[in-house]
Amino acid sequence: MTIASPHRTGRHRERVLTMHGVGKRFGAVRALTDVDFWVDEGEVVALIGDNGAGKSTLVKVLAGVHAPDAGTIEFEGEAVEISSPADAQDLGIATVFQDLALCDNLDVVANLWLGRELTTDGALDEVGMEQRTWTLLRELAAKIPSVRTPVAALSGGQRQTVAIARSLIGQPRVVILDEPTAALGVAQTAEVLNLIERLRERGHGVVLISHNMADVLAVADRIVVLRLGRNNGEFTAAEVTSETLIAAITGAMDMSRHSSVLPPAMESAESAANEANEGVEASDGAPSTDTPIIPLSTRRRRPGGRP
Amino acid sequence: MTADAVDRPALRARLESFGTRVRGGDLGPLPVIAGLVVIWGVFQTLNPVFLSSTNLVNLTMQCASIGTIALGIVVVLLLGEIDLSVGSVSGLAAAVLAVGFVQAEWPLVLALLAAVAAGTAVGLVYGLLYTRFGLPSFVITLAGLLGVLGAQLWVLGETGSINLPFDSWIVQFAQQMFLPPLVAYALVVASVLAYGWSLRRRAVRRAAANLDSQSLWEIVARSGILLVLLLGATWYLNLSRGVGVMFVFFVALVVVMHLLLSRTRWGRAVYAVGGSVEAARRAGIRVERIYLSVFALCATLAAVGGVLAAARLAAANQSSGTGDTNLNAIAAAVIGGVSLFGGRGTAFAALLGVIVIQSISSGLTLLNLDSSVRFVVTGVVLVLAVIVDSLSRRTRAAAGRG
Repeated sequence: MTIASPHRTGRHRERVLTMHGVGKRFGAVRALTDVDFWVDEGEVVALIGDNGAGKSTLVKVLAGVHAPDAGTIEFEGEAVEISSPADAQDLGIATVFQDLALCDNLDVVANLWLGRELTTDGALDEVGMEQRTWTLLRELAAKIPSVRTPVAALSGGQRQTVAIARSLIGQPRVVILDEPTAALGVAQTAEVLNLIERLRERGHGVVLISHNMADVLAVADRIVVLRLGRNNGEFTAAEVTSETLIAAITGAMDMSRHSSVLPPAMESAESAANEANEGVEASDGAPSTDTPIIPLSTRRRRPGGRP
Repeated sequence: MTADAVDRPALRARLESFGTRVRGGDLGPLPVIAGLVVIWGVFQTLNPVFLSSTNLVNLTMQCASIGTIALGIVVVLLLGEIDLSVGSVSGLAAAVLAVGFVQAEWPLVLALLAAVAAGTAVGLVYGLLYTRFGLPSFVITLAGLLGVLGAQLWVLGETGSINLPFDSWIVQFAQQMFLPPLVAYALVVASVLAYGWSLRRRAVRRAAANLDSQSLWEIVARSGILLVLLLGATWYLNLSRGVGVMFVFFVALVVVMHLLLSRTRWGRAVYAVGGSVEAARRAGIRVERIYLSVFALCATLAAVGGVLAAARLAAANQSSGTGDTNLNAIAAAVIGGVSLFGGRGTAFAALLGVIVIQSISSGLTLLNLDSSVRFVVTGVVLVLAVIVDSLSRRTRAAAGRG
């Protein structure tokens, strides 16, 4: 199959990550069907969709939590298999999950370097770690009062900042942010959105998962909509309205396999339905657009796993 | 950022941050030191012998074995787990030492190693049960309390009680060895110099890295205060028999543990697991290994404590490590300021906590009150300590410091 033609804005940017026709089943339930997705360096891609649309599954495939059943993943032009979280990290895909996974009792420096501490002669190199922490936080223009306060003393936005900064320690090419603004107030959300722009300036490819249209439109370059485990449209953030996005999310407009370069209104619902029926699931005998695909991911959480 | 902290006078900034921490519920060793002052004040007024040099020397010698056991408890509590069987493990170690050394006539070193290794083995079993089967440490070690006590009785066999020869060096070490005054003073000066030097080295490196650092004056003041306190204590103990080698051994263990916990990746991982297991696991820490190492370490230290207790008593018997050993050790760690909720506390909690526990015990003995009163008072102090822990946790939550 062919990918929808990539559209680019601004200067040439290298493609970092490409997923072709990725599928994932949980038992009888198709969480993802034939999903295409890609990220360029220095690009913020928003991944949106209703609950159960497959956003989390897609992210977990990228993070190495779930292995895909179908499709290919290319990283920097080479086909790769991501079978564990360690694989993802080694490739340079860092994920900040919604629960942040910070140790409240440890300070900012300790959290940032946890599991990757610098040492000199077997002892922790606190000076080196603190110095690099400051450098990183300054680059991100992050507002953290002191790197020696326990993380528990920080605000929600600051905690998010720490979690994002931590994901940058290993110099990843792609940073995945799962609902980074979900629990934040207005000022803190602005702080995190600024941070995402910094990530883009540093050349990281950013995948942003969000429910908040305003945030997505404010910060994303490109918006990918998932619906019932399939691609349902792809838009350039500068050219789309939140009404269009909501229509794509809810299925009022079936956009599957259509490039956003065309104005959404010109998409014919008929041709979209035809195309969808030509898909893999045609053999099931049921019209795929009507097949409810409700990922069981909420029930499949491992004990202690992230929501 | 850093600039703000440097612009203000460094000392004032530091005092302010200390004040904020205390108001935020991060009390550190303050409650236990305050408690110690109260306890010593009360007992001194009731019986002037209490703070005499002779009694304090006895106190330090009584601290070593329970304190060593409490040190292991500190590490387990940092993970948010518990080991209820440390008393039995210490009794088992005492039994192995006595049977190996006296009955089987092994060389003393071999008997000591066997005793400590028995503890390590028990700890490894706990760690495996915890990591493989996910049993709660409470249940594992409660079963261990009985199982290991059984092992202790089995090792002792029909004899029941075995005396260690009085002239063996382990008994001498625990009963008779005191540092000569000059050596004690030299040790104090050397330790404080090492402390000051490490502070200075850190300050120089931080200044070179353009981070806020302690001024030379602050380092000199800190080291000076520590030097005066330690020299004073040494002088006072030297009025009687002096500083016991066994006590120095215990304090050295505490310092080594402090360095392990605060300066190594392993120590950082222990605090991380105690704070959030899931976060630690996702950060790539091998959580199972941390649990295994900590349970093994705790039981090993319990065994060392048992050896010290046997040596001090010059005997191992069926009641070694039974009675209040367990609860005194756990109470010492908690009273010393280690949070029962995991992730907060330092190795020095074992030292401070055991001094409180033994002060109560020694003070009540001097007042000729029997053990019923001692148990009640120790229980009340333990509850007070846990209340302080809970309240400071609540204050931390209210002040947004988790």
